[in-house]
Formats: sequence, C-alpha cells, structure tokens
Amino acid sequence: MRALITSTLESLDDFELIEATSGFDALRKLPRDKVDLILTDINMPDINGLELVSFVRNNPLYEKTPLIIISTEGSERDREKGLALGANAYLVKPFKPEVLQRLVAELLA
Amino acid sequence: MDNQPIDDFLAESEELLEKLNQDLAVLGDEEQTGQTNPDLLNGIFRDAHSIKGLAGMFGFEDIADLAHHLENLLDHLRLGKVMLDADLIDCLFDVLEGLAGLVRGKNENPDSSQDISAYLTRIDKLLNASAEESTHPFAKLNIDSSLLDVLTEYEEHRLQENLKQGKCLYLVNVAFSLTSFDTELAALTEKIKDRGEVISTLPGIDNDNPERLAFRILCGTTLDVEQLGEQLAFEDLKISVVADFAEPTVKKAAEIEASTQNLEQVVEGSPMTPAQPAVIPTAPAGEIVPEPAVTSVATVKKEETARSFTSTVRVDIGKLDNLMNIVGELALAKASIAQLCSEMQSQGVAAARDLEKAVHVLERRLNDLQTGVMDVRMVPVRQLFDKMNRIVRRMALELGKKVKLEIRGGDTELDKLIVEDLADPLMHIIRNALDHGIETVDQRLALGKPEAGTVSLVAAQKGNHVVIEIHDDGHGIDPQQLRRKAVAMGLLSAEDNLSQHELFGLLFHSGFSTRDEVSEFSGRGVGMDVVKSNIAALSGMIGVDSELGKGTVMSLTLPITLAIIKALVVQVKGTDYAVPLNSVMETVLLEPGMVETIEGREVMELRQQTLSLLRIDKLFGFTSERPAASQFVVVVGFADKRVGIVVDELHGQQDVVIKSLGKALSFVKGIAGAADLGNQKTILVLDVSGLIGVTLQRESLGV
Repeated sequence: MRALITSTLESLDDFELIEATSGFDALRKLPRDKVDLILTDINMPDINGLELVSFVRNNPLYEKTPLIIISTEGSERDREKGLALGANAYLVKPFKPEVLQRLVAELLA
Repeated sequence: MDNQPIDDFLAESEELLEKLNQDLAVLGDEEQTGQTNPDLLNGIFRDAHSIKGLAGMFGFEDIADLAHHLENLLDHLRLGKVMLDADLIDCLFDVLEGLAGLVRGKNENPDSSQDISAYLTRIDKLLNASAEESTHPFAKLNIDSSLLDVLTEYEEHRLQENLKQGKCLYLVNVAFSLTSFDTELAALTEKIKDRGEVISTLPGIDNDNPERLAFRILCGTTLDVEQLGEQLAFEDLKISVVADFAEPTVKKAAEIEASTQNLEQVVEGSPMTPAQPAVIPTAPAGEIVPEPAVTSVATVKKEETARSFTSTVRVDIGKLDNLMNIVGELALAKASIAQLCSEMQSQGVAAARDLEKAVHVLERRLNDLQTGVMDVRMVPVRQLFDKMNRIVRRMALELGKKVKLEIRGGDTELDKLIVEDLADPLMHIIRNALDHGIETVDQRLALGKPEAGTVSLVAAQKGNHVVIEIHDDGHGIDPQQLRRKAVAMGLLSAEDNLSQHELFGLLFHSGFSTRDEVSEFSGRGVGMDVVKSNIAALSGMIGVDSELGKGTVMSLTLPITLAIIKALVVQVKGTDYAVPLNSVMETVLLEPGMVETIEGREVMELRQQTLSLLRIDKLFGFTSERPAASQFVVVVGFADKRVGIVVDELHGQQDVVIKSLGKALSFVKGIAGAADLGNQKTILVLDVSGLIGVTLQRESLGV
C-alpha cells in the first residue's frame, strides 16, 4: 500500500516524500524536516492514525499542517473521529491514484 | 503462458492460509476456555485482509470476494459485534477450506472458478445474527475526553471488554527522549502486556522538555495501582486510575462471574457434546485430517487434502551459499583423495584400482550434487526486468517522453546473487537510454518514428553465459562526436584511426562524459565506467553497438553462476594461476616464429585472424628470469573478444571455488579472486573479461 502511494505521489512534481514505516517512525521523522502535508493510515502497528492526528494537532509546530487520513471502507466512525480531531480530509481504501493526487494538490495550493 | 506470477501468488497465499489455519486452531482452543487473546484475533483479521489484497492484485475476484466476506466477519468478531462460538469457528474453518480450494483450482487452471455463494450466505447469516452489545457509558469513567477521541472503534471495543471483565483501567504517563523512545516504549509495553492489555498509546509533547516525547498508555489489568507501579519498575512513571474495580467486593464478584463462565464453557466444549467446534489440528505428516464434524457448507468442494498444492520453499540465500561452500569443500576433498589414489597407484598399492573406481563414483555424485545446488540458486531474470517497469514509467513521465518497455526471454535463469547485483547497472543503462537515447514525442514524430519510444530487455542463454541486451529505438550514438570529445579530452590524438567499435568503447573510459549535451537527469547517475566495473565485478562484460538514427544496443554477457567453476590451471614464471574454463577457447603450442610484433604489441596469427597476446607476468610487473623451454597460448574469449594468454605450462583442469580477495584488494585488475586447490596450495584466478578489457583498451588507445 505504501509503495503504491509513494509511486502515485512521486509522479507529481515539486515535492519530496518522506516515508515512515509506522507511527513511531513518523514521530521520529516529523521534527527532522519541515513537513508541508501529512498522509496517514488509521491502522498502524504501534499507535493508530487518530493518535497521530491528535499529536500533530496538539503540537504548536505542526498544528496548521494539512493532514489526510486513510481508512478502510467499514470504519466510518474512525473517519469521523479523525475529522473531528482536525484532519483536513480522508480517503477510503481502495482509492484511485488521481483522487489522491488531486487532494494533495488542493491541500498544498 | 508464463507461470511465474501465478507461482508467486500460490506460494504467498499458501503461506497465509497455512498460518490462518494454525491461528484458527488456537482460536478454537481459546473459544473452549473462554480466554481469547485480542492480538491473535487481530492477526487473523490482518491475514484475511492480506489474502484479499493479494487476490485482488492478481485479479482473482472470487478469492478476493470470499476473503472480503471473511475479513468482514472477523472485523465484526474483533469488535465484539458477533459472538465467538463453536458455530463461528466452524464457519471460519469451512471458509478457509473454501479459500484453499479456490487457490488450488487456480493452480490447475488460473481461469477456473467455483461457486462460493453458499459460503457467502453462511457468513451473512452469522453477521445478521450479530448481538447488540451492552455498552458501558464511558462518561462515568475518570477518563480524559482527549483520550477517548483518539480510540478507534476496535480500541473502544477493547476498552468495553476490559470493563466487562472487571479489569482496572489505568493511564500510564511516561516520557522518553526522541532518539530512543521506540525501544524504551516497546520494553514498557511488553511489561504491561505481560500483566494485562495495552488498549491505546497516545503520544504528545512533554511540556517540561521539548526534546522528549510524552506518552499516555491506556491499559487494563487485574492488578491494583500500587502493584502495577511496583511491577513495572520504570523511572519517572506516573499512573493515574481511570476505572478501579479493585475494591474487594466488586473484584470478588467479577472473579466469581469469570470463573463460572469458564466452567460453563468447559462443560459445553467437552468432547461428548455435539456442539464441539470442528477444529482441524495442524496434523503431523501422514495423519489423516478429520472432516469438520458439524454441517459443512455444501459446495463444489473437491476431495479434501492436507497436501500442499505448491511445492515452493522459500530459503534464505545465505543458507544456499553455505551449502554451495560445502559442496565446494567436498570437491576439494575429492581432489585430494584422487591425488592420493594416483600416488598409491604409482607405488603399486593393490587396493588403488578399487579406490580409483570409488573416486569416480564419488565424482559423478558430487557433480550431480553441485548441479542440483546450483539449480536451486537460479531465478528467472523476469524478477529483475519487472522492477524496471516502474523506473521506465517514472522517468518517462519526468522527462515528458513516451516510452514503452518490452521484455523478452524473462524466463532465462541466472544466479540469484548476480540478479541482485545487476539491478543497479541495469537501471543506469535504462536511464541513459531514456535520457540520451529516446527522443521527445515531437522529435520522434518529425523523424517519422512512432510517438512512443521502445526500450526492450532481452535475455538469452548462450552456452555458459547469459546475454542481456538493452535495446532502444532512439537516435543512437554518433561515433564522430565521441571521437571529437575524446580528442578534446586528450584521450586520442587527431590522427588516431579508430574503428566505430573502438570509438564506442570510449564510452566506458573513466572520466569520459558527454554530459554537456544532456539533460540534468544524467547528473544523478554514475558514469558508464562505473557500470562497466560493476559488471566486471560479476565477471561479466559490457558491449555497445549503435546505429545513428536507429537506436542503441547495450549487451551484458554474464556467467550463469559465480560459485564453483571449472578452471584450467596454468603456470607462468613459476607461479600457478587458474583460468576459468568457460572462457578458454583452445590452447596452442607456441612455436618459435609464431609471434609477431605490430606497433610494439605482440600478436600471432591464428586461422587467418590476428590474435593479440598478453603476457601476464609483464602485466603484473614480474621481471622475467628465464625463458621457458616451451610455451603455450591459452586462447580466451568473452562475448566476441579474443585474446591469447602466453603461459609456460598447462597443469590440467580442476574444479575450484572462487573466494573473493576482499575489499582491501578490490583495486587489483585482472584477478577475479583466489582459489584453494585442495593440496594446501592457494592460487589466483584470472579475471578473463578484465584481462581482455585491459589488452584491447591498450590497443585502442595505443598505450
């Protein structure tokens, strides 16, 4: 899944992609670079995506960073919670690469 | 049709089904005892999800559909929306068998399908009967709403479960440094898991120290707060109580309830009752797997079998290397025995003839073993070629060109290690082809070429070698431009007369670059000289041919395997060398007058062709002492190049295991490695492709 997203986004111009293999990895990598947009799955092995959203939104450094959450089709509740926590948009798996590309372009505009 | 992808699918799905089968058996046991492990259920859920994804990728919609329903059922199960009982376990096993049947069917015929509607109805029935669970109002808990907000549906359910079981809920507050939080947190989490369940881990910032990450871990356990604090024994740990049922009365009640529940379930699950779940045990080989006892789905189930339907084994390449080394050592041991045998024969020992026969048998079997192990290491180059697809697509997009990739001979097999090491050079060549070779759409249309350029990867086995060609139908390389460049760089003088072929060879000269007329893309890569040395490190050779306006062909000639080779042992000025036999064309006795000197270089005529001679003693800088009585020329060839190596003696052929000289000596040109001859002698193995390269390069550059 991550590979698919990576290849979808790498084909867009003008930005660099930082991949994190898990929620912890994301926590580790966030302070290192200035991040313009965050894309996270809800289901992760260590912390869940909602926890990451909460972390990002409660941290003055990233509180304004656009955030997209990805969830499976069954989990409307998780999605709603994510948006309530401050995620800007969500994607439901499976989604078309163009949808992701458009969403990213919109949020970065 | 080629079977590789379906084989991959079969191997992977079989692995998943096997794991699911094992985990379901454990789940069945847990159902009987009434103690289910949420991690196990979660794992089963994820594996079902993986099968769905896998089947979707390969376009097997029936499998994906069934797996999707299974996943759905498991999702309800882990969220507590359906109850885990014998009936459900039974259904899970049947669905699993159904999936296995479908996968087996694809093995026989990828287009085959089976009716899965009975399974789907059964799953739907279970889903519809789902129980409405009584929910605990979280509002009564001493729990921060910021924590409840981040719980996923699943975690909420786990929280409910812990409450129902009368567990105490705590919030463990802890902070770790940014550099080491994951390992420290994992250690703490493990400790908590040994004593209860981790429901959620919420990261935040530590207000006292921005260099640290704070975590709030929500967990459920039967311990009281002091016990938990003591047992975790972690520094700077704060535990707050979310829900505490540890007051004696409540706790007792909960305990009693739990134990009666257990009792009931044990009775229910006793072997005599008909409601016993049909758990298929992971049967040892040879044992007959019992049919599920309870009504199974009436589908087009083929005769059940516990046999694997693919015979694929995944092995770490290190294990094969080890095996290969042992085979190599055995070959050496055999060589020493053979030598002893011939010594015994010359001393007239009676048993020597019988021993010789035994050695021959040993030799034959050893050869079989070697071929067998070698065969295991072989993988089709398609694995590598398929990876290039993504690179081509991405680069074409970036360069604004249209390019399609064609693959031929993907079934050609090569040693796994060679395939791995080939990835980078191949990628670089393809980048070059797209960047320098293929024209833009407008240019191509103006030239009357099809809009999309074509890059083809073609692999074929030729004797002991595999040739991989990378074709592009771009504008080709202009030899005269290369020539001007080389003159400008001082590599050639203006009057040097080089053939087109020799001019192309300049591309691989280190420091030679045509960078000024290419896009910025090539700046990312390495020079072709590095590609050449990468290929040379694999004992391979690279060649180029190009026609202006039509395109370019890069060809890589590679040995099929690197491990054990047959070698010709030769002697030059008192030192023994091994020459890989697969590159030896013939040996010729060198008679006086055969050697001629042209422009300071030694050559000889062999069947009306001029053959360049190479004296490795001179190349390696040995001062020659005495001219040998007789000399031989070992004619070696690689791809279409020929060179004669002048040697003093031929010692016959032998199997040798090439061992690398190590990184420290990697700069040494012309030596592929060292080999043990079995009689405590170590000799150097000549790198034929490297030596040919050196000889011919000196010629073309007139050095």
